[in-house]
Amino acid sequence: MNHAAELPLLVAVPVAVLLLVGAALALTGSIGLLKLRSFYERLHAPTIGTSCGMSCILLASMLFFSVLQSRLVVHEILIGFLLIVTTPVTLMLVGRAALHRDRLEGSHKVPPSARPEDHAAAAQSDG
Amino acid sequence: MRMLLPHPLLSLSLFVLWLLLNQTVAPGPALLGLAVALIGGWMLKRIRSARLRVRRPLVALRLAGVVAVDILRSNIGVAQVIMGRRKKRHSGFIHIPLSLRDPRGLAALAVILTATPGTAWVEYDPEEGWLLLHILDLVDEEEWVRTVKHRYEQPLMEIFP
Repeated sequence: MNHAAELPLLVAVPVAVLLLVGAALALTGSIGLLKLRSFYERLHAPTIGTSCGMSCILLASMLFFSVLQSRLVVHEILIGFLLIVTTPVTLMLVGRAALHRDRLEGSHKVPPSARPEDHAAAAQSDG
Repeated sequence: MRMLLPHPLLSLSLFVLWLLLNQTVAPGPALLGLAVALIGGWMLKRIRSARLRVRRPLVALRLAGVVAVDILRSNIGVAQVIMGRRKKRHSGFIHIPLSLRDPRGLAALAVILTATPGTAWVEYDPEEGWLLLHILDLVDEEEWVRTVKHRYEQPLMEIFP
C-alpha cells in the first residue's frame, strides 16, 4: 500500500491510534482467553474484540479509505452490524453446550435450570 | 402496495445493504438490488406473515445510545479484570424474570447482552420467561436485575409491543 504515504499527517495519526487501540483490545480479549479461570468466564473475553476492538479497526478503515479515495466509504458499518448480530449465535451455542455438559456431569457450579426456584430447592437438598 | 411490499422495512434494508456492498448507485446494480429487496420481502412473507413493525424509532435510537455507552464501559471493566487490576472478583450466574415475550425483542436483548463484554446470555426458559445470565464481575445481583429490566427490557417492550 504505497498510497499510504500520501495520507496527510492529520489523518494518519488518528488512523494509527485507532488501529493500535483496536489491536490492543483484540489482544486483551485473547489474553483473557488464556487467563480467565472457568469456561463461562472465558465466554466474556472474545467479546472485547468483537465490540470495541472491531469498532476501532473499522473506524480506522473508514477514515483511511474515505480520505485516500476522497469519497465516503461506509460499507464497514455493514461488517460491524453483521458481526454484532451474528456473535450471539455462536456464543449462545457454545455456552449452552457447556451448560448441558456440566449438568449431565452433575456439576453443582451451574444452576440446574433457568428458573431460580429449582435452584434454591436443589441447593437445600445438597446442604 | 401490500402485495408488492409485504415488508417495506426489510426490503429497504436489503436495498441499502446491496448498494453499500456494491459501493455504487449506478442503475444496473440498483435495479438488481431492487429485485433482491422485493424477492426478499416476498420470501419473508411466505415464512411469517406477521408484519415486522418497529414502533417508537426515537426510543430505539436512545436505546442504541445507551447500549453503545454500556458496551464501552464494560469493555474497560473486562479489560481491567483480564489485566488483573481487580483481585477480589466474583463471577456467577443470575436469574432474571423477563416480561418481554416478542421473539424479535428477545433477539435484540440477546444481541445487547452478548455484545456487552461482562454479560453472557446462557439460557432462556420460554415457559415462564426466566433468563439465565453469566456475569463476569458480579457485585450486586439485584442491581443487575434492575439494570437489565429498566435499561434494556423496558424500551424493547415499547419498540416491539
